[in-house]
Amino acid sequence: MPLKIGRGDIENIHRHARETYPEECAGAIVGLDTGGMKVVVDVWPAENTHEDERSRRFLIEPLQIKKFEEDAAGRDMDLLGFYHSHPDHPAEPSEYDREHAWPYYSYVITSVSGDSVRDTRSWVLKDDRSGYDEEEILS
Amino acid sequence: MPKVKIPTPLRQYASGNAEVEVGGDTAGETLGNLTEEYPELKQHLYTGDGKLRSFVNVYKGDEDIRYLDGPDTEVSADDELSIIPSIAGGSAEARCR
Repeated sequence: MPLKIGRGDIENIHRHARETYPEECAGAIVGLDTGGMKVVVDVWPAENTHEDERSRRFLIEPLQIKKFEEDAAGRDMDLLGFYHSHPDHPAEPSEYDREHAWPYYSYVITSVSGDSVRDTRSWVLKDDRSGYDEEEILS
Repeated sequence: MPKVKIPTPLRQYASGNAEVEVGGDTAGETLGNLTEEYPELKQHLYTGDGKLRSFVNVYKGDEDIRYLDGPDTEVSADDELSIIPSIAGGSAEARCR
């Protein structure tokens, strides 16, 4: 299912990725699932609360996820997925990403190096968890 | 009856519902009744030996039931249980220490 995300929201993800470099940034992607497309209405930054190695790891606290769920529902939207950055690594999911991934959610990954964003791609876990399918990003 | 909130990835296994009212006096009993009503949810919530998966969190209000009485946490008709995914990842394998 393609992910439609406006230029302003993409730019917000890129800015977050540059701000937290060399650590990973993370946040939520909220909007509407029309059945044939996920339409992003907003992106909400989260704090990366992973205890250590934040240059290669991220964690969003469950209470924060709960709040995102409630805030999205309060605006008649759904939590469509999450974004995070890969500092100095490609915008592709790692094995560690796969082990922690959930079905359905879009996982938008931005590759960043210093002030420069290299690439942004979106991925969805396969139903059998064996890997990912890349999702088309429409702007 | 207590309400159980279902996160987006699991709604496909609960007839598309975001929220379900299920009977139960404890968190474990309520979730048991939920998975009885929607059997496909079970494998996503529990491991083969019946424990809650590590990436699945269950909150009563704003408290993780792991820090209350776990599955024995009492719930009343007005309570709301939320199934909350843990969201984590990263760019590469961790360094060996």
